[in-house]
Amino acid sequence: MSTNIQPLEFNGNWELSPSIESIEHLALKNQYGLFINGKFVNPISKKFFPTINPSNETKIAMIAEAQEKDVNLAVKSARDAYDGYWSKMPSKERSKYIFRIARMIQEKAKELSIIETLDGGKPIRESRDIDIPLAAAHFFYYAGWADKLNYAFPNKNPKSIGVAGQIIPWNFPLMMAAWKIAPALATGNTVVLKPAESTSLTALKLAEIVQEADLPPGVVNIITGPGSTGDLIVNHPGIDKIAFTGSTTVGKSIMKSIAGSSKKSTMELGGKAANIVFEDAPLDQAVEGVINGIYFNQGHVCCAGSRLFIQESVYETFIRKLKDRMQSLILGNPLDKNTDIGAINSNGQLININKYIEIGKKEGAEIFQLNCEIPLKGYWCAPTLFTNVSQSHAIAKEEIFGPVLGVQTFRTSNEVINKANNTPYGLSAGVWTDKGSKVFNLTSKLKAGVVWANTYNKFDPTSPFGGYKESGHGREGGLHGLEAYLNLS
Amino acid sequence: MFNNIKVDKVGIEDRINRITKRSLKSESKLRGLEMILSMIDLTTLEGMDTVKKVEQLCYKATHLHDQIPNLPNVAAVCVYPNMVKTASKALKDSDVLVASVATAFPSGNSTLAIKINDTKEAIEKGANEVDMVISRGKFHSGDYNYVFDEIAAIKDICGEKARLKVILETGELGDYDHIRFASEIAISAGADFIKTSTGKISPAATLPITLVMLEAIKDHYYSTGEMVGMKPAGGISNAKLALHYLMLVKETLGNLWLDKHWFRFGASSLANDVLMQIAKQKTGFYQSNNYFSKD
Repeated sequence: MSTNIQPLEFNGNWELSPSIESIEHLALKNQYGLFINGKFVNPISKKFFPTINPSNETKIAMIAEAQEKDVNLAVKSARDAYDGYWSKMPSKERSKYIFRIARMIQEKAKELSIIETLDGGKPIRESRDIDIPLAAAHFFYYAGWADKLNYAFPNKNPKSIGVAGQIIPWNFPLMMAAWKIAPALATGNTVVLKPAESTSLTALKLAEIVQEADLPPGVVNIITGPGSTGDLIVNHPGIDKIAFTGSTTVGKSIMKSIAGSSKKSTMELGGKAANIVFEDAPLDQAVEGVINGIYFNQGHVCCAGSRLFIQESVYETFIRKLKDRMQSLILGNPLDKNTDIGAINSNGQLININKYIEIGKKEGAEIFQLNCEIPLKGYWCAPTLFTNVSQSHAIAKEEIFGPVLGVQTFRTSNEVINKANNTPYGLSAGVWTDKGSKVFNLTSKLKAGVVWANTYNKFDPTSPFGGYKESGHGREGGLHGLEAYLNLS
Repeated sequence: MFNNIKVDKVGIEDRINRITKRSLKSESKLRGLEMILSMIDLTTLEGMDTVKKVEQLCYKATHLHDQIPNLPNVAAVCVYPNMVKTASKALKDSDVLVASVATAFPSGNSTLAIKINDTKEAIEKGANEVDMVISRGKFHSGDYNYVFDEIAAIKDICGEKARLKVILETGELGDYDHIRFASEIAISAGADFIKTSTGKISPAATLPITLVMLEAIKDHYYSTGEMVGMKPAGGISNAKLALHYLMLVKETLGNLWLDKHWFRFGASSLANDVLMQIAKQKTGFYQSNNYFSKD
């Protein structure tokens, strides 16, 4: 590889014209209440807060804040629904309801994807092609299991748990709701679900779907609010199980709160995944996987491949390919069908990401960013690449949850296995090599819940997902996802 | 000599899936369509080719659609060697080049002597570009040196007089790894362009195959600083698909390759669909295909 060759130029010459998804036909209300016992009701406190579009800082709608009395009502309605009919209903009848929800998500896919993009800032390409189809797929998958639980767990006697309290994050709002609600319903539990404060809208649209699907009242309750609403759910004595997806810090505090109680829990927490590229890898496809691993959803992905390990012999080549590919990423209006990188979800998150970028520079890492126009309004962060990163740098150790990639090199398999496992997290990892035996060697030694080989960030409802170590416990998806909502005896 | 670079099928196809999601509207679409026209090698390669047929095709090459002013001409007209003279004469006052297939096209199953003669004749009669085929049988039997030497010999004949396009006939090569390796052989042996197909074998050009070849071109550029052209040929018959190809070039090799000197479409019926789309962009209405001449 020669170094004095003119770099390739990807910008200018032939630019894409805007191709904006229309929002004129959206059925959005100005104000949303709490979905309790099959109806939208105002919070007892009458308190509402705005949800804003992070790409231009405009208000989209007002969202209800659930406080103690509202949470009590929601839990009571879930309990009544559980005791009254849902737990006794023949499982094939439960299954029909879940199939109905799945079909309705498909029918409303376009509307849901536009709302997801408006409220959360992610590119329409992703909400349209990934978030919403996967949400529907999850309901379809678990609808199929509902009347086959005895076959899923032979020689056991699977029994539902009761009322599940479910708290979900802002990075994949509808998809996370589907991951939580679908298996809980299939196994005969009722739920109280709280979406994240900054992205409540698609969960509330899901509440409308639940209503339209004629699900018995109280089986699904969706209540909105800040972290304090989540605390109320966690500490409520009427809750039998907590399913949480979010940061490790919050996850730890939840575990402290429920310690000593009979509450079961599943935690899907943070990550700092290693994406490992060997010299014999299909390099161009690995570049694509690295891009997809860290810049997908602006890096707001718990399993993001935020630590890139490149074998030293291909380091220069790989970095050049990576920088070339970064140049053709398009940052901008999330509703534009050509946008690759949307807005950062909230101002708070942007501040946090920028803090880490500053730390990275101070630590002596070398920064490379996509050279692009940043919109004047809204929260934005250009895709960022740090080279000369050390294992002891904060940007290599702590979860940034943004489009920031730190690159390190390695020489041997053993070295990279050690480095990859040298983290409190263990959610996911990626391995890139043409050699099958190397893939199997690494997958058996990497302490991570998911290891992708020659691909990254691929999700499927049939495949369990969850972490080692401080990335959490319990699994979502697949057969394992059923187990998390059952007592097996 | 070769890097033995691996290609991952799933990854290549994922990348193409993403490229085809790019949405081209208004200005960018019109500019893309005009670029496509200027990159077409208007082709007739039939047993029943006649002088009259080639003359008509050459007229079309320089008068794509006179109702729309300022349209570019196509890049070249591509014919069999015995039609080169006719085409040269018909195109002599235009910027349209004459490309000739050679080397016992399309199978390539002949002796090197015959292939050399075939090429010499095409160039003597006025071909500006030579589209040769590689010996796929030799490639499959592992005789890579033969494949290399043959290309190098033809390149020798072309010299400075004609640019050499090397047809890999990817539909007969099979796996992407083979296509990648054949691309590297052709490039190292002196190809000015690498080209997917003869158009006589199905599948002909596809987006994933083109990406594999573009990546070989890119790696060659980064190790030597030399540019090599790319020509997908066969099966690209509509404007939308051609725009995907152009987008693939833009995002893989960048601006330098968005030029007829470095990128071509080998096609016989693509031009009319592109013209129809251009007319739609300019007038707002689709016109019947009877308004576009079929040559």
